[in-house]
Amino acid sequence: MFKQASRLLSRSVAVASSKSATTRAFSTEVPSTLDSTFVESWKKVAPNMDPPQTPSAFMKPRPATPSSIPTKLTVNFVLPYASELSGKEVDMVIIPATTGQMGVLPGHVPTIAELKPGIMSVHEGTDIKKYFLSSGFALLHANSVADIIAVEAVPLDHIDPSQVQKGLAEFQQKLTSATTDLEKAEAQIGVEVHSAINAALSG
Amino acid sequence: MAMAVFRREGRRLLPSIAARPIAAIRSPLSSSDQEEGLLGLRSISTQVVRNRMKSVKNIQKITKAMKMVAASKLRAVQGRAENSRGLWQPFTALLGDNPSIDVKKSVVVTLSSDKGLCGGINSTVVKVSRALYKLNSGPEKEVQFVIVGEKAKAIMFRDSKNDIVLSVTELNKNPLNYAQVSVLADDILKNVEFDALRIVYNKFHSVVAFLPTVSTVLSPEIIEKESEIGGKLGELDSYEIEGGETKGEILQNLAEFQFSCVMFNAVLENACSEMGARMSAMDSSSRNAGEMLDRLTLTYNRTRQASITTELIEIISGASALEAAK
Repeated sequence: MFKQASRLLSRSVAVASSKSATTRAFSTEVPSTLDSTFVESWKKVAPNMDPPQTPSAFMKPRPATPSSIPTKLTVNFVLPYASELSGKEVDMVIIPATTGQMGVLPGHVPTIAELKPGIMSVHEGTDIKKYFLSSGFALLHANSVADIIAVEAVPLDHIDPSQVQKGLAEFQQKLTSATTDLEKAEAQIGVEVHSAINAALSG
Repeated sequence: MAMAVFRREGRRLLPSIAARPIAAIRSPLSSSDQEEGLLGLRSISTQVVRNRMKSVKNIQKITKAMKMVAASKLRAVQGRAENSRGLWQPFTALLGDNPSIDVKKSVVVTLSSDKGLCGGINSTVVKVSRALYKLNSGPEKEVQFVIVGEKAKAIMFRDSKNDIVLSVTELNKNPLNYAQVSVLADDILKNVEFDALRIVYNKFHSVVAFLPTVSTVLSPEIIEKESEIGGKLGELDSYEIEGGETKGEILQNLAEFQFSCVMFNAVLENACSEMGARMSAMDSSSRNAGEMLDRLTLTYNRTRQASITTELIEIISGASALEAAK
């Protein structure tokens, strides 16, 4: 019996040493909260409960600001139902800010831009991909990462021009016959969006 | 009736097996209820066990069906939840994650399910909300609750009734989409004054793991204040503003947009967690029912065999008594 016990002990020790040599996280392991002040104050209030997670634990950390201007711009283009582009390296992006079309190159000054309905084009070498955005925000960071968040976006080749014309006429008619402020505002939004799509398709 | 009385009397007066011969004449098909009163050996008769087995089998079928339904609903929502995970990341990258921020007015938005039988996810969310309440209340600080979902409403109504500002139910009746959630976010923003919004929900880590998570959204005034002070949001000052007249206006729009995006992701993750928790709860329930059924089957067989054996003993002892009498 003692022989067996010693054999098991030596086996477990060997396993432990091999495990420490190549420690690999289990796939079931849970990310830990990064904010230590939160964890500490939580422990004071609810010592028996694990602190809840925070979103930063689920995010990949962003790259630091490089000292020299990088050659490529990293674009993250997200929509509520999909991440269209995530971490894509491109040369230039043109976004429809409320102040007009804005070109973004690597090394752009950090900016928060509100977007209006319009075309966004992504340039990579000779490849240009155009999307029509409904509206959203563009966040340009110092480390040449551009985050574009839009509520709705469609690649331009998916849009049917005849439907656009019909929609434009319909909303213009609604605008003239609108009675309440709410109806007028809604009709105006419709006209703006449709004329923007029209301009995008023709231009 | 009189026979039964006589049998009972016989048992008391003559405990020997010789009293049994009368029982031997009885038809072996009679219900064992009489036998139970006669012998007092078994506490449950086969009829009772049979009824219980039928009801447990039905429960097992129902819980299995509920598990299948939850699994199919989970498949449908999981794809959308994973696709929406990119939505809040840009905001956190810009504004940082500040769960420990010290503000005067916090509003805790608790997301829970409308239907039950989904394991412990709703109670964990409520526990976290209550702990956040304790964490953020103090002199000059107040915390209010906005509750989404019937289950949390039922639990929190009991003790925190005065702090609940708004409660929303039946969110998951129609399939979730961004427009619906942004209307909800708009409602909340209109009715509630806040410095920081803390959204508590269950994040879907895997089909068996749900992590209670709190996402913090700050109001534009606090963002400006913090960016001037420095620290985590200090870099925000270096950002240029395109469009809009003032920085405050842009920050206002940004904060509202952030809230609706974070809410959208949170609601989807919570729905996934609910389905996953219901799947595992119903799975363990059907497994329990299966085990119970096995045990009941054993009891039933034992009962049945014991009654057959007793019948045989009676017949044989009666026959041997008659033989001996000859």
